[in-house]
Amino acid sequence: MKRELINECRLRFPAISRNEAFSRSAVAAFAVQQDPTVEEVAAIKTAVSEAVTNAIVHGYRDSEGDVDLFMKLFSDGTILIQVKDKGRGIPDIKAAMQPMFTTAPEDEERSGYGFTVMESFMDKVRVRSAVGRGTTVTLEKKLRGKASPKGT
Amino acid sequence: MLKIYNDGGRITAAVSGDIDHHAARELRESLDMIIAYSRPEVLILDLENVGFMDSSGIGLIVGRQKRMREQGGELLVKNARAEINEILKLSGLAAVVADARREPNHTAKNTF
Ligand SMILES: Nc1ncnc2c1ncn2[C@@H]1O[C@H](COP(=O)(O)OP(=O)(O)OP(=O)(O)O)[C@@H](O)[C@H]1O
Ligand SMILES: [Mg+2]
Repeated sequence: MKRELINECRLRFPAISRNEAFSRSAVAAFAVQQDPTVEEVAAIKTAVSEAVTNAIVHGYRDSEGDVDLFMKLFSDGTILIQVKDKGRGIPDIKAAMQPMFTTAPEDEERSGYGFTVMESFMDKVRVRSAVGRGTTVTLEKKLRGKASPKGT
Repeated sequence: MLKIYNDGGRITAAVSGDIDHHAARELRESLDMIIAYSRPEVLILDLENVGFMDSSGIGLIVGRQKRMREQGGELLVKNARAEINEILKLSGLAAVVADARREPNHTAKNTF
């Protein structure tokens, strides 16, 4: 099936921790039009929370800035979400995505499982990053929704 | 938010709200106070009223587990919803959930 864009939304907010809850609620509200299951909503919220938290905790670790959140919905039921920061960037993306890899400062209790969680809850996770320029995480998931029979 | 049930030696901390990076710091401080001052043998985190948790919760649980073990105690997690259990499993915390299955549910009369 040819995949056509049916809706999109852009949000920009400052990289402060209260926006973690806001951003995942916003994505859930956007996804509702696709009639997703409870599990699908939980998966999207968790993945977005991971990416936005990373932008705040790591991207803007020693600085301030904005996080951009793009959401797109396609005719085949796919939701595509991009979380973008203009922070410090990731020197080695492959290493960063390994379970238990973390560079968090000591006053933060990070476990290094954020990317692992994103990968387990979404169909696709792509990361683009440049040191000193920023990071974009792209998350994709096909929403089968409540209406369609299981496994289709 | 935390509600504490004390069964002498076994303390249940019932968490409510979301466990994310924003909420984790306050939860950490409260739980560490309980661990340090009440010195329970078992600390049980009851997640029945937690609607959301991300990897910030893993850091929170692993950190408290470390403290409990340092003083010879144990940390367990119970009543977590399916997707939270999935996160716990991913991060190798399945045992803290499995062991909590034999824990009885607390009674309100033990609240302090
Ligand atoms: N937006 C970002 N900007 C800069 N570095 C990042 C960004 N996102 C991730 N990283 C790097 O990738 C590492 C792994 O991220 P991941 O989310 O898997 O773990 P964590 O954030 O360290 O811990 P957790 O998410 O389990 O609390 C981070 O420690 C950090 O070094
Ligand atoms: Mg993370």
